[in-house]
Amino acid sequence: MADNQQNREKPILLRVDGLSKSFGGVHAVVGVSFELRRNELLGIIGPNGSGKTTLVNLITGFLRPDAGRVIYGGRDITGWMPYRIARLGIARTFQMVKPFPALPAFKNLVIPLFSPRVKSLAGGRYGDRDSVAKDLLEDVGFERESSVTYKAAGSLPHGYLKRLELAKCLALRADLIILDELFSGLSIAELAGIVPIIEKLMVEGKTVIMIEHRLRELFRIADRVVVLNFGRAIAEGKPAEVMEKDEVKKAYLGSEEEEG
Amino acid sequence: MQQTMPTAAGAAPARRRKERIDRGIKARSDDVFALTSYREMLYVAIPPAIPVVLLLVLPLILPIYWQKVLLSAAVFAVLAMSWDFLASVGMVSLGQALFFGVGAYVAGILDHYLGLPVWLSIPLGTLFGGLICTVLLLPVLRLRGIYFAMVTLVLPLMFERIIEATGLLGGTEGLTGLTSFPNPWIELYLIGTVVLLTLFGFRRLMTSDYGLVLKGIRDNDRSVMSAGLNIYWYKAQALFIGGAICAFCGAYMTHVQMFVGMPAFALDYSILPIATAVVGGMGTFAGSVLGAFLLVPLSEFLRGVGGWRTVLYALSLVGFIVLLPEGIFHYVRRKYHQFERWVGVEASS
Amino acid sequence: MLEVTIIYGFVNSVILALVALGFGLTFGISGVSNFAYGALYVLAGYVVWIFINKLHIPFVVAACLGVVLTAFLGAVLYRFVLLRVRGLVLSEVIATFGVGLAILELFRCLGFTGFEYTLPVFTDGSILIGNTYIDHQRLWIVGIGVTLAVGLYFFTHHTKLGLAFRGIAQDERTALSLGINSDKIAEISVAFGAGLAALAAIVILPRGLISVNEGYDVLINAMAVCIIGGLGSTVGVVAAAFVIGYAQIISEALVGPHWKMIVSLIAILVILVVKPSGLFGKQKELEERI
Repeated sequence: MADNQQNREKPILLRVDGLSKSFGGVHAVVGVSFELRRNELLGIIGPNGSGKTTLVNLITGFLRPDAGRVIYGGRDITGWMPYRIARLGIARTFQMVKPFPALPAFKNLVIPLFSPRVKSLAGGRYGDRDSVAKDLLEDVGFERESSVTYKAAGSLPHGYLKRLELAKCLALRADLIILDELFSGLSIAELAGIVPIIEKLMVEGKTVIMIEHRLRELFRIADRVVVLNFGRAIAEGKPAEVMEKDEVKKAYLGSEEEEG
Repeated sequence: MQQTMPTAAGAAPARRRKERIDRGIKARSDDVFALTSYREMLYVAIPPAIPVVLLLVLPLILPIYWQKVLLSAAVFAVLAMSWDFLASVGMVSLGQALFFGVGAYVAGILDHYLGLPVWLSIPLGTLFGGLICTVLLLPVLRLRGIYFAMVTLVLPLMFERIIEATGLLGGTEGLTGLTSFPNPWIELYLIGTVVLLTLFGFRRLMTSDYGLVLKGIRDNDRSVMSAGLNIYWYKAQALFIGGAICAFCGAYMTHVQMFVGMPAFALDYSILPIATAVVGGMGTFAGSVLGAFLLVPLSEFLRGVGGWRTVLYALSLVGFIVLLPEGIFHYVRRKYHQFERWVGVEASS
Repeated sequence: MLEVTIIYGFVNSVILALVALGFGLTFGISGVSNFAYGALYVLAGYVVWIFINKLHIPFVVAACLGVVLTAFLGAVLYRFVLLRVRGLVLSEVIATFGVGLAILELFRCLGFTGFEYTLPVFTDGSILIGNTYIDHQRLWIVGIGVTLAVGLYFFTHHTKLGLAFRGIAQDERTALSLGINSDKIAEISVAFGAGLAALAAIVILPRGLISVNEGYDVLINAMAVCIIGGLGSTVGVVAAAFVIGYAQIISEALVGPHWKMIVSLIAILVILVVKPSGLFGKQKELEERI
């Protein structure tokens, strides 16, 4: 809390402080620190294997950090179990979309809607999960009266699966949403459909972290970017500024991941 | 092998493929409000009525010997349904004998040492059997993959060894002279009722939202976890439900046989339920019942071949899991709901 | 007393390591948990016995044939059963368990029980170490066990096939893109594991009778060692074998022979609570909290 002067507009929602994790001898994340203000969209970028997903797993509790702290809304959540962190309102998507293939799309949302968080936010009552689920799917662009809501999730096109992942975060009524490579594998047309949903989230006051390889699309919507390389945060700042920095250029140089 | 797929990629020379179409009556009766005739009502009502009627009527008409076979089939049906339930939550048990044996011994102890009556020792055996097994297996619940299978395979054998080694609880002799049921009708109708309750209960449970969460744990545990649900707690609940039902069977058999001993942990109680569920059809519970009522009487016919039975079970298990993993029930259900016809395949346009 | 414990604990540990190496190797390479492992072990014992006693083949030849035949059966098991259910953990477990059970109970049905079912010791006699007599067979076990462990280490680190094995174990998809046929490697790994089971059987079984129940014990021991050492880690297998090996011998000496198995069980449960990935487990997946 030393930088109170800088705290001009919005309160800090998430603070990551010196987070480290290694597997065997491999240092996946080394002393990463950053802050995230409420209603900010932070991009986390970096070449393949730079520790982005590990960082997400550390924040969301899927991995226990070797060192460092994660503070969310003033509360130290370091080392908490993932389900407790989720209950606080941190939702995430996974790089690999794995829906429940045999269930209709809207039934996929039953699981997040079953969460104790939803119950307590709804004042102890679950309500009719199926119709809530259908509303949520409409929010992420499933056409209401079309059959796509009722289709088995296993047969949905990739673009819809990504939307379904987003809908799961919405179902949880999360405040902080962490999107792990949401854009990967999407066509330009599909992207054009999904970007407005994220923009709408920002208007609604959510806070978003996006792990992305597709920098051009990310830079259009991100407020700030953190660059990781070999597990270290090598740069931080506004998207345009960050890419001008030498160390960032160096990190991406020779890496084929510069543009998605 | 490829029966579930209506494609005919391999059938090049015949240039035809099998087409499966839902029967009209199936489509109409999918939604309960669309039923328009007795015929359609019967179409919906008959399949679930079959086990009910059979379990109510069979005890009355079967000779004593086959009543015992029925009883044994019913017990294995329940064990298999419990296995199926655990498997659909992602816990592959290779040791239903663990739950069975613990339940059996708890009931035996309550009867032998405390002299509790049957109507107390069975419920308590069920409850504590389920609890003890859940607690024993708690450490494994954190792990994915084959750990659950490994530990459940090890535990019943260990219990056998411990009892043999320490001579506790009657040691190799077991506990004998336990209380029996007041009369054979109670015996038969009790297990019959439990089969039906388990069957319809599980089928109902797994289509409820709670059941979806349980299945979700098997399919994608991380996704369930990130929805703020404590999967260990849910797994423990499922384990308790599945374990308690097996423990009931153990406690029940203790009083039927008026004996409990090391055979309660025998491999039979582990392998037969798996074979039953796999042959019948996994994930349906009805398949488990069907499988039990096919395999157990079959094994009575094969009584003469003695130990070969286990070999036969094991082989049919492997055969089904490799060649017909969907099991008999799925096959029958498909025939009931769909008709098939061969249609010519045109060269792809 | 102490000396006896140390020496016999060492022998017991090597036996456990021998028994577990094959199971661990197969799992480590292809992720296949071969629940028919114990059955293959016993099968090798009976097969060699038949070669020697019924077909009157000299011991060395019979032993080699036994190893080759068992390895071949492992390959068959993979080709005709596992290949079809590959990736479905549930089916893999059930199928291999079913095959193992069928083999073991088949031998029971065929009446392979009795005192005549023993394999010959390699060389007769015993030597004195300090004040403890130790028979030649146990020395053979130690010698072969140590050679095998060291040999396996060199094999997986310095030969082409061994490196391919490790490649598959670490990242199947990358290995595939490098032109390594993962199905072929997996088949070889199951065959290799089966061959190791046979070898272990031929070395260890002369100490006692070949019996069907031995198959279940071997499977349990192998699993116990692999869980404690960390599935997929050869170093872990050896380390865990020594932990359990000594724990068994000590508890046997202090409490009674029946406690051997119970010690393994307790060890499994403790390790699963404290460090689920095992002593030397490198599996990132297990470290991740699902």
